[in-house]
Amino acid sequence: MSTRPRPPGPRTGLLLLPPLLWLGVAYLGALGALFLAAFWTTNEFTGDLVRVFTLDNFRELLQASVYRTITLRTLGVAVLVTLVDAVLALPIAFFMAKVASPRLRRLLVIAVLMPLWASYLVKAYAWRGMLSTSGPLSWLGISPGYGLTGLVITLAYLWLPYMILPVFAGMEKLPDSLLEASSDLGAPARATFRRVVLPSVFPALVAGSIFTFSLTMGDYIAVKIVGGPTQMLGNVVADNYGVANNLPFAAAYAVVPVVVMLGYLGIVRRTGALENL
Amino acid sequence: MTISGRLKAGLAACTVLVLVIVYVPLALVVLNSFNVSKSFAWPPSGLTLRWWNAAGHSTGARHALLVSVEVGLLATAIALVLGTMAAMALQRAHFFGRNAVSLLIILPIALPGIVTGLALNNAFTTIFGLSLGFFTIVVAHATFCIVTVFNNVQARLRRMSSSLEEASADLGARPSTTFWLVTYPLLRSALLAGGLLSFALSFDEIIVTTFTAGGHEQTLPIWIFQNLFRPNQTPVVNVVAATLIVLSAVPIWIAQRLSETDVVGAG
Repeated sequence: MSTRPRPPGPRTGLLLLPPLLWLGVAYLGALGALFLAAFWTTNEFTGDLVRVFTLDNFRELLQASVYRTITLRTLGVAVLVTLVDAVLALPIAFFMAKVASPRLRRLLVIAVLMPLWASYLVKAYAWRGMLSTSGPLSWLGISPGYGLTGLVITLAYLWLPYMILPVFAGMEKLPDSLLEASSDLGAPARATFRRVVLPSVFPALVAGSIFTFSLTMGDYIAVKIVGGPTQMLGNVVADNYGVANNLPFAAAYAVVPVVVMLGYLGIVRRTGALENL
Repeated sequence: MTISGRLKAGLAACTVLVLVIVYVPLALVVLNSFNVSKSFAWPPSGLTLRWWNAAGHSTGARHALLVSVEVGLLATAIALVLGTMAAMALQRAHFFGRNAVSLLIILPIALPGIVTGLALNNAFTTIFGLSLGFFTIVVAHATFCIVTVFNNVQARLRRMSSSLEEASADLGARPSTTFWLVTYPLLRSALLAGGLLSFALSFDEIIVTTFTAGGHEQTLPIWIFQNLFRPNQTPVVNVVAATLIVLSAVPIWIAQRLSETDVVGAG
């Protein structure tokens, strides 16, 4: 192991150049151009871009109640989906890491991973079948149909493996001796969970929440498949670009999830969650 | 460890419940591919192979599958090269901006797909003047696939001691010789794992693809999405979906094999 960090040599520069050109120049450039377009408008009659700086798009986003509602609804769904996934992931991850035998653990990891490889679209489609009026849930008399509830269920279902895997990895790192010490000191299971398990897997939960949050905020496909009439942030962006041909407004609205995610990443950097990704 | 029997039973019950929730919808898709009812009425009144036969003759689905495989392979090849380069550069040197570079690599999957899609669409059409199609899909997919290779290679490099490479250099090998004879064999399974993940990510992607595919090119997810709402096509879509569910066991199997050979290789 090298004891002292070496200064970057010409080899590092050469290795770094192609990925940096691709991501740093092309991708960041594309993001920058999109951000710039957010301050433009389109001509109402011709649909052409008007390249004049204005804050109109952002003003409308903040002032029009319909967009405020959609933003808040999207954030609410993202929080709800994250909570549902965390609640489902904690017991199964704990069982996998601390209770199951090594053999069972291997099988469970495969069982959890398998749906992760199944197509996103197929899983959303599967819930379209589950929630449909002639589907098994309504046969049981409990179908919420296509709408906000169905959407939260489907999104929580879609992102669940992204939460289970980091939490499971976090649980595996938790030493058994800590749990033993806690119970030796007389703590009931609930106190051990709250004061030992939860704090140590917290970074892993946050790491999982980065996925559940970001994926929910950008989604519009699942919304179209199971959301019924529900409008989410992603739909407004997609429709403004695709249907209304209003790139500047779509760009302005797309800034919202970026700001939310960057803010979120900035906050969680301190928890060490990024190393758990 | 002292976990009471009741708690264990409760945890086991939760685990079983979650697994049931995870697998029932997938099982439903597979079962519905044999459902005689075109609207998948539950419970099925009978089973048929008609839809499988119809799907086998669907040229649209076959062509879309081919496009998806080609895009996945090309994007993965690019990601393997760029991701490995970035991981090696960041591993061997500590410099100002190192964190910024790793953040930059995560960014295309950390940001919502719709943002990446819209940004790339805008850049392709207005800045580079490209028409959307096969090429732009590959470029877009490679952009968000780099991170999977980068993460796998970086994790492997972190566990590897640099002494082997230093020995190789001390014995007079040039950097390229050292890479092919020393570093690459040690990285191989990490590259396979990263490449597999990258291919799966590309094969499954729909949001960025929608924005970068244009009107003429269809990947399998786009084909599924476009035919999903057509009542005539849904049985065929369902067969394609069922096939994909069954096929998703393949990468898991490969990954398991990989981790086994890894253990052997380390021993």
